Formats: sequence, C-alpha cells, structure tokens
Amino acid sequence: MQLFRYGFLLRNLILRDFKIRYRNMSLGIFWSLLNPLVMMGVLTFIFTRIFPSPSIKNFGVFVLCGLVPFNFFAVAWVSGTTSLLNNAALVKRVRMPREAVPVSVVLANGIHFLIQIALLLTFVLGTGYGINPNWLWLPFIFGLEVVFVCGLSLASSALDVFFRDVRYVVESANTVLFWLVPIFYSFAIIPEQYKTVYQFNPVAAVVMACRLILLENRQPPFSLLWKLALVSTVALVLGLAIFRRSKRKFADYL
Amino acid sequence: MPPVIEFRQVSKLYYRHHTRRFFHRYLMEKWGRAPKEPFYALRDVSFEVEEGDSLAVVGPNGAGKSTLLSLIAGLSFPDEGQVEVRGKVAGLLELGSGFHPDLTGRENLVVYASLLGLSRSELRERFDEIVEFSGIGDFLDEPLRTYSAGMILRLAFSVAIHVEAGVMLFDEILAVGDQSFQASCFEKIVELRRKGCTIVCVSHSADVLKRLCARAIWLEGGRVVRDGPVAEVVEAYRLSAGAHAPIAGKGGG
Repeated sequence: MQLFRYGFLLRNLILRDFKIRYRNMSLGIFWSLLNPLVMMGVLTFIFTRIFPSPSIKNFGVFVLCGLVPFNFFAVAWVSGTTSLLNNAALVKRVRMPREAVPVSVVLANGIHFLIQIALLLTFVLGTGYGINPNWLWLPFIFGLEVVFVCGLSLASSALDVFFRDVRYVVESANTVLFWLVPIFYSFAIIPEQYKTVYQFNPVAAVVMACRLILLENRQPPFSLLWKLALVSTVALVLGLAIFRRSKRKFADYL
Repeated sequence: MPPVIEFRQVSKLYYRHHTRRFFHRYLMEKWGRAPKEPFYALRDVSFEVEEGDSLAVVGPNGAGKSTLLSLIAGLSFPDEGQVEVRGKVAGLLELGSGFHPDLTGRENLVVYASLLGLSRSELRERFDEIVEFSGIGDFLDEPLRTYSAGMILRLAFSVAIHVEAGVMLFDEILAVGDQSFQASCFEKIVELRRKGCTIVCVSHSADVLKRLCARAIWLEGGRVVRDGPVAEVVEAYRLSAGAHAPIAGKGGG
C-alpha cells in the first residue's frame, strides 16, 4: 500500500517535471534529439576529417553509442544535484517523502534517455547492423546506469543543501568525465596500465557494453556486468544512507 | 488517551551566520574555532494538545510561530527536548508550495494531492469533491499563472482538507480568501473539528482565531508567554501589542 502511494507520487512528479520542461517550447521533445545529433556531427567531423581514426568504422554510430549514455549521466546528475534547492519551497513546507525529489528528477531525465536510445537504435539499424539477441542485455545495462545516477544524485543533492558549491563540483566532474569516458576513442587503444581504472567507471562500462552489444554482436563480459551491478548498487545504498542521515536538517538550511 | 501533540521543553536553535559561507562555517564549527552565536527560535516550550482540540498560536513576527508549526509537521526537528505527534499531519504552511505556474489547476491539484499522501484511488474518490469545494470551476484547465492569490488558496486549501489527516495546520493563509470562501472554510474547519480532527492555527486576525479555536498560546521571543482560553489570551496579546510593537530578530513570523 505504502509502495503504491509512493509510486503514484513518483509518477506525478516525473510527469510534472516533463510537462514543465516542454510546455512552452514549440519544438518540444525534438530538443532531446537535437543535442546528441549536433554533438555526433561535430565529433564525427573532427575525428574523420581533422584527426582521422581509421581503426574505427562507422564513426557516427560509434560516437553516438558513447554520447547517449554519457549525456543522460551528465544531465541527470546535475539536475538531480540541484533538485532539492530548486524545490526548496516543497521540501521546507510540505511533508512528503523527500527522497522522491531527486529520484523523480533523475527518472524524468530517464524519459529523455529512452528517446535518445530510440534514436541510437535507429542509427544502428540504419547503418546496417542487425538486431541481435544480445540486445536483451540493453535494458539491464541502461537500468543499472539509472540506478547509479539515482544513488549519486541522492548523495549530491543532500550535500548541495549544506554546501552550495557541490553543484559546481558536479559540473566540473562531468567536463572531466567527457574525456575520461571512451566516447570518441575506443577502449582498445587505452594502454594496459590504465584499463583497470576504466573498468570501475560505470559510465565507461555502460558505453563499452553498449558498443559490444550493438556494433559487435557480443555479450558484454561477465566481469564488466558484475562490476557495473556492484558499483551501481553500492552507489544507491550509500546515496540513500547519506540522504537519510542529512534530511532532518534540510528545512533548517533551505 | 495520550495527547495528540506533545512538546516537552522544546528548543530550536538557529545559528546566526550572517553571510558566512556554509562550508566555511562547517569547517570552523567542526574544529571548534568559530564562536557559535545561537539564536533561539523556540526556547523551552512545553504544551500538550488533546485530540479534537483546537489551538491558536499568536505572537509578533519572529516569535517562533512558523517554527512551531514546522516542528509539529515533522519538517524540522528540535535541538533540545521532545516533540511527539500522533497520527497523520496535513495542512497549509505556505500558499502554493509545490505548485507550478505553468501547469494547469488540474495538474497542480493531482501533484499536490499526491505530495500530501493521497493514493490514486483516494484521489479518484475525492477529486470531484475537491474541485467542487474549491469553486475554481472553468479555470480548472487553465495554467496556474492566470490564477489570483485567492484562487490558488482555494485550490490548495481544498486539497489539504480532503486529505483527512488527524492534525491540520494552518499558517496565516485564510487572509487572501474572499468573504464567501472564508465562510465556507470556517464551516469546513468546524466540521473537521466535529469529526475529531485536531487543529492548530496561526493568524494575526483575532476574529479568525476566536471563531476557529478554543485555546490559544501566546509566543514571544521563542517562549510561551501565556496559554489559556482563546478570548483571554488573544485579548491580552492585543493589549500588549498595542502598547508596544516588538519585532524580534528573525523574519518570517
């Protein structure tokens, strides 16, 4: 019963977020598609004309496999982080399960993620790759990424209430991650001694798994899957713990 | 039967940090270098409210009235003493928190109702009643930014009283409603009281409080100055406020 209530609240908050964002825009959901398309175009131009990387074929789809999971991660994490401050009136004055605030914001971004995944799959098929049974891994992998971002956002949104600098830390971290996640280069060219670092980065893992599944028709290695599941679950548990510990003081600091 | 609301020597502290940055402050306090400058929003407050009772809270701006309500609502927690509240709490602490101007009245209603804890089936059952009581009529599907303050109040109030909580809190919100809506609010609140609902009201209008509540607490500087029958306490407060109009440090009432 309690869970249904919670589900109804989450659903309404997600819809609210989604409606607010698009209500007064004439292009609406098209913006969800435009951003990755533009980035794909620019990166493809640079890495096929200016710094050609001949080892990668179909660079456009290749880079989109990186951009879609990364975009979701970056945008959802920043908006999750600022969600409590942006909804200060709500948190301060209405008694409600406060975890629902950052989680609903991340899940609302999940809707855009779905739209962009559809775009990615369209490109994959359009470039001549077929549908293969390994596609069944995709919901699991993308689902884990959502869980991971929920965990991170629970922690960072709680901290952001007390230290307003957190938002800028998160933004900087995202800028750095754009380079440290194999978006426009492949995992194969990373020197051996750095590979372990990449393996524990869930965003890098999602990108790698995505490419293996969509472009190489291979099942992602088991080691990658359990590490991704482990890191995401730990992030969620820690995020919830940090959030629960600090939420009693939210109203005093907002 | 234990009291529904119980405050035992409750104090709520705020630190005056002026414009000092949170992080800086945190470090300074952690290592004990910064002299803390505590400011008591509430100090050693004790009272009990029995089920079905109705309590008015009066006092000048900054006396701690809103702090008291947010402690009852479970939105913030005391630094000293204990607050115990039995049963579900709902109410209006601020007009329009949780409402968004770009969403329609209907959409805001649904979001707000679920924020206050209504389930899908409860909302379906009570939806027509909520709309009916609010008197919003044709404006239900217009964006909230086209609403007047009074209409937002009608919508928010109507949702809040249909939550069926055991304890209802009202913080100086009826002021923007027009005569007829105020009249129906009073009627509704009286009806809630008859059903055994406990009510806590903050208002600067003595007439409102006298009509809605039986008992009153007078707060000043975070302390209870007087606790007793509403007419007596409100009258005493009015006399003292007329003599001098004290304004305490912190805004917001």
